[in-house]
Amino acid sequence: MTEALLQIKDLRVYYHVDAGAVRAVDGVSFNLEAGIKLGLVGESGSGKSTMALALMRMIKAPGKIESGQMILDGVDLLQLSEEKMRQTKLMKLSMIPQGAMNSLNPVMRIDKQMMDGLEDHNSLLSKEELTARIQELLTAVDLDPKVAKMYPHELSGGMKQRVCVAMAISMEPDLIIADEPTSALDVVIQRQVMAMINRLQEKLGLALILIGHDMGLMAQSVDRLAVMYAGRMMEIADTKVIFGNPLHPYTQLLISSLPVLENKGVFSGIPGVTPSLLTPPPGCVFHTRCPKARDVCRERIPVFTEVETGRWVACHLITA
Amino acid sequence: MRIPLSYVLKRIGFLLMVMWTAATINFILPHLSPKDPVAEQVQQKISSGGLSAESAQEMQEALRTLYGLDKPLWQQYVKYLWNTFRFDLGRSIYSYPREVMDIIGQTIWWTVGFGGTATVLAFVIGTVLGALVGWSKAPKFLSALIPPLAMFSAVPSFILALVLIYFMSFKLQQWTGGAFYFPLRGGYSSETIINIADLNFWKDVIWHSILPALSMLLVSTGGWALGMRAMMVTVEGADYITFAEAKGLKNRRVFFRYALRNCMLPQITSLAMQLGTIVTSATLVESMFSYPGIGNRLGTAISQFDYYTMYGIIFFLVMGIAVATFIVDMIYPFLDPRISYGS
Repeated sequence: MTEALLQIKDLRVYYHVDAGAVRAVDGVSFNLEAGIKLGLVGESGSGKSTMALALMRMIKAPGKIESGQMILDGVDLLQLSEEKMRQTKLMKLSMIPQGAMNSLNPVMRIDKQMMDGLEDHNSLLSKEELTARIQELLTAVDLDPKVAKMYPHELSGGMKQRVCVAMAISMEPDLIIADEPTSALDVVIQRQVMAMINRLQEKLGLALILIGHDMGLMAQSVDRLAVMYAGRMMEIADTKVIFGNPLHPYTQLLISSLPVLENKGVFSGIPGVTPSLLTPPPGCVFHTRCPKARDVCRERIPVFTEVETGRWVACHLITA
Repeated sequence: MRIPLSYVLKRIGFLLMVMWTAATINFILPHLSPKDPVAEQVQQKISSGGLSAESAQEMQEALRTLYGLDKPLWQQYVKYLWNTFRFDLGRSIYSYPREVMDIIGQTIWWTVGFGGTATVLAFVIGTVLGALVGWSKAPKFLSALIPPLAMFSAVPSFILALVLIYFMSFKLQQWTGGAFYFPLRGGYSSETIINIADLNFWKDVIWHSILPALSMLLVSTGGWALGMRAMMVTVEGADYITFAEAKGLKNRRVFFRYALRNCMLPQITSLAMQLGTIVTSATLVESMFSYPGIGNRLGTAISQFDYYTMYGIIFFLVMGIAVATFIVDMIYPFLDPRISYGS
């Protein structure tokens, strides 16, 4: 078996506040193969966005990556120097930002902003070639090449997001992290942008981590689905498998809480609230809300284990 | 074209309105004052001795005719407006027959020289310092400079001028036994001959301007630094900075082209406004140092009840601010592409 493109091993990211350490990501491990789309879902505050920032090594104080490994293409990102990490960004791993509306420098033309990224990664292209490359990239994201000479405020939200995507793919990275790339857009534009991201992902054969909480969107677009809860990974499996037969009680509740067309107006949520990440409950973090919790769940942290090929789960009920 | 011609014309029209309003207020104010500028002058002449009652009366009437005060008010007003429009601000009544424009022309360069240099230097130092302190990747020791600067910015510049005079000039003279100290007063040494072609004259002028400039510089640098730091902290949290970092841009590029560039917009507006008000802020400092600038001259005119010089200078100051605002308005679309006037 070949090495996975991305291997996350026991990653811990804590935010050190006056009251103590907030364990936003607490021992997360998973692998991602090249060219695969992974969906990362979880409630607000489950550590999804922290995961994304940690992968880019952009955790700001008081946050800190405590321990773990993030091996991308055989290189542990956490061992790289600042400068090497900077070079890795865009070359091997890119991010599509969450707030597309404000992610572009308001006082700079689009082409200049795109060029910045290429120039700072030792692109050997001449001025003419750079211009041609920018035109090509803009066309690839279904934008008029004329956009190059425009300023961000002259573009719509969807167009800005497309520009961000064009920048993210400009150095043809192996992995793109998209943190709720469509949350700021309306439903129609969301579909178009997602379709475009999917098309580019297939064309360039890149791996994608799609972060979000829209289970419907996930079901349609990703190959594998990872479920996070309170900073820990609960379950990860192929999308079809997980929707067909969720193993973890949290995943089961999450899927059953999706609105179904036949039962109009009937919604089932998950009772309770997410625990404080400052003082997470002992044992399984989900036991406070889990309908199937047993004594062991309150005492020991379940180990994230591979129960079938490519199917991992952290639950005493399954692994015991 | 980001500024349509119609906007420029409208804006020039507005500038003329401001000029007209300022001129009119300038005209009306002396008439509202219970003091009669002419009578005031004659009174001063009498008190300084040697003016008999008849000749005083005669002089008063002669002055009234000279300044056209015997004509109907509307005629005075029209004549005044016409003159102002031609930048003829009349003659000083105290040091008759010197023209006010001439007085302004002689004093303004001193103020613009030291005040302008101090303002621009304070802007540059304060902005760079504030930007670095606000930027999380900059060396931390720089932030130690902020508290003293903030303290200085709370001190009025004329108080600081007093402190500087006392220590840097008076005390320093005692301590060094007269070997090294900064000049106490004036814009140049009394034995120096004013000759703009002479390098020594310039050296002397710069030597004399250090303390006045320093008292303005120290006071305003802190303000620029604090404002810039606040802007920088806000901008550093902006999505476009996060994305620029995610793109793996070089730190220097993110700092200059993404963060600093965006923080500069409000700073430049303030700079232009400050340049318009140099004279106003320099007035008290100039008085402290008996500096031959326009601010000091304004103070003298006030104490001499020299209304025509006073109103001439004040009109000139209003113009300075109005023109500075106009210039900012004209360059702003080039600084911030989001701003455009008209369609």
